[in-house]
Amino acid sequence: MLSLRLYMFQRITALLMAPFVLGHLAVMIYAIQGGLDTAEILGRTQGSLLWFLFYGTFVVAVSIHGAIGLRSIAFEWGGLKGIVLEAFMWIAGLGLFALGARAVWTVTYAQGIGA
Amino acid sequence: MKNKGLIAFVESSNRLYRDEKLNLAADLRDMTKSSLAVTIERGPVDHRMQVFDVPAYDNQTVLDVVSWVQQNADPTLSYRFACRVGMCGSCAMMVNGVPRWTCRTHISKVLDGNKVTIGPLRNLPIIKDLAVDMDPFFDKWVAAEGVHHGGLTRDDPIAAIDETSSEREEANAGIECINCSVCYAACDTVAGNSNYLGPAALQRAWTLLNDSKDEGYAAILEIVSGSGGCHNCHSMGSCTAYCPNELDPMSAIAGLKRETAKSFFKRGR
Repeated sequence: MLSLRLYMFQRITALLMAPFVLGHLAVMIYAIQGGLDTAEILGRTQGSLLWFLFYGTFVVAVSIHGAIGLRSIAFEWGGLKGIVLEAFMWIAGLGLFALGARAVWTVTYAQGIGA
Repeated sequence: MKNKGLIAFVESSNRLYRDEKLNLAADLRDMTKSSLAVTIERGPVDHRMQVFDVPAYDNQTVLDVVSWVQQNADPTLSYRFACRVGMCGSCAMMVNGVPRWTCRTHISKVLDGNKVTIGPLRNLPIIKDLAVDMDPFFDKWVAAEGVHHGGLTRDDPIAAIDETSSEREEANAGIECINCSVCYAACDTVAGNSNYLGPAALQRAWTLLNDSKDEGYAAILEIVSGSGGCHNCHSMGSCTAYCPNELDPMSAIAGLKRETAKSFFKRGR
């Protein structure tokens, strides 16, 4: 049930995610040197276009990649078909995006938290 | 002539002793000649597992065992075979849960103690007992453009084939497929997705795509990019692991994925 277009979207987002995951892990290791500190993390991310783009693109890639993967599982193991299957994919993708985008927005440009 | 009598006596007792030894050897052979506990899946109506006691021989294939049951124990047992030499692809069955060509599988290779379980091929509708309906398998072969797309007429000269070209090597890699459906039965993606064309049909598509005599390139790319196409493959590799002819459908499908990805970037579809 995976057409070429969905396959390509999933592969391209996987390619994007590989460096993001490595970057994320590297920053995590760097950030906890001397303890985990909210102020230190927010100090790095708030108002930063670079971190907004880094994690923003990461979230978009995850949403697309994950939704297509869940679609395959729902089809092969869950027996979902047709419009139900498409709806499931979109809900999963938009849900992942909403959760991720909220987090990214909160640590970069949202006002009033940790300030 | 006392000696003559003695010699005759010794000779006769030697003969007796030798005969006795031969008899003993024969008895020992008979004692070690055991029987096999063969469980056969009967169906599809009144689906049940039936155990048969089959004599063991030194040289015996799984197909021999099934044939013995049909000829000596239960003539109503249905199964399919033709060539018995691994060419026709008719006799594939599930043996201890994995697909095998039964005519070329020695029973000693699959015995668990003296037990073996034989069932109909997976992923295909059962007609009766060990005979499955191969129609979906062959229909998908055709659906994957597994037909000749000729571009020449009988008046054209025969096209020269470069046996050393990389395309020809790719095509050659898949041409020994005997359509036995072992890969199709082994594939977990087929099990979860009945639309999926499956490893054999896609390998054929890859073979034709690389065959310079075949002009179906665009048609093949189109169909293998569709909803039942090569992108459903999760590269689990059961096709390649179980292919009795040691072909590599998984790599053929990977080739189709590469080719369709290139076409996606070139033409945006």
